[in-house]
Amino acid sequence: MALGSSDRPRTLAPGASGPGSNLTVKPAGAVEVPENTILTTADAVVNWCRKYSLWPMPFATACCGIELMAVGASRFDIARFGAEVMRFSPRQCDLMIVAGRVAMKMMPVLQRIWLQMPEPKWCISMGACASSGGVFDTYAVVQGIDRFMPVDVYIPGCPPRPEQILRALMDLQAKIQKGGSLFGTGLPEMDERQKFLEEKRHAPAGHALSQERGDEDRFGYRLPGGPARLGVEETR
Amino acid sequence: MSTTTEPHASTLATLSKVFGDGVFTTSLFRDNLRLFVPASRLIDLLTVLKDRCGFGLLAELGATDYLGYPGRTRSRFDVHYVLRNLETAERLVVKVGAADPDPLLPSAVPLWPGADWMEREVFDMFGIRFHGHPDLRRILMPDEFTAYPLRKDYPLRGRGERHNFPRLTRGES
Repeated sequence: MALGSSDRPRTLAPGASGPGSNLTVKPAGAVEVPENTILTTADAVVNWCRKYSLWPMPFATACCGIELMAVGASRFDIARFGAEVMRFSPRQCDLMIVAGRVAMKMMPVLQRIWLQMPEPKWCISMGACASSGGVFDTYAVVQGIDRFMPVDVYIPGCPPRPEQILRALMDLQAKIQKGGSLFGTGLPEMDERQKFLEEKRHAPAGHALSQERGDEDRFGYRLPGGPARLGVEETR
Repeated sequence: MSTTTEPHASTLATLSKVFGDGVFTTSLFRDNLRLFVPASRLIDLLTVLKDRCGFGLLAELGATDYLGYPGRTRSRFDVHYVLRNLETAERLVVKVGAADPDPLLPSAVPLWPGADWMEREVFDMFGIRFHGHPDLRRILMPDEFTAYPLRKDYPLRGRGERHNFPRLTRGES
């Protein structure tokens, strides 16, 4: 009898005498579960939910953005992978897709939008320009966003084909499925974050993260009402 | 394409009547008539061109850095004003030099308000200041940028400005 099937005694037709007809075999040590029931861990379920409900933040600054639009349209249809809910507010997103070159005037904006996204979050660096600066090796173009912010998946190409974007999404889904535990330290990407928060737990109020970072005022993005006065507990 | 100054005859007649000789020199390149004028008489010339010759449109305002240019004897920068007469479709280029340490020119904004952003762009890229401009700030580069990127002695890859950012790690973001 196959593993996982019912262990109820079967009602045999009269006269039937199949091999092992009244015999129920239980593998040693296996947990008995009812029919149509599977056992798994909460981590796997949560990761499974996360990987099929990515909400992308399309940070499209150049021609890669056109390909990104094509992925969202019906021919390639990113909805097949559960990532069709493009949101244009970083507060509602958990997947940053940087599509296109990032000028040095835009880099603080990109960093600020990344900081505004809630955890857990991931980042795809799409195309040659976002990954390495591409052909724009000039004073004004950042030579790869991974110099200044974390990146999970890189996509080569100039611009990449829509299939490559779907491939990157599948790779990221595999990464999300593999990583993370709900009640442990969180996602492996967030280990550093946990360590950082432990260090700052007893920091006095007025030392909010944005103030310690010190870069947010550089281009006039000071929050209305002055810098944040919240302690670390309020910013979690 | 004309290779003579014949289409500009009435303009040149007006200019010579007002200024006489010795204020500007002319040259012809392809079908463009170019007037070279010293910075001290620039606004006078532009005013006459606008008010009496009908050049109502400042089509383009830009600059060139001639640092190390072969055979260059005049000042380092040239600023050019491309003027257009919308009645006769006549086109004229006025060029004026700007010397190297602290190049300074009078602003054309009082004549053509459209010169506002173009002069800001020239200031941003070349560091040429325009006296009398209402709001001479950087327009393309960030405000705290200190160099002038289109000058020939500025390296193409910059001096590290493009990588002067804090690094966000997973821990801090």
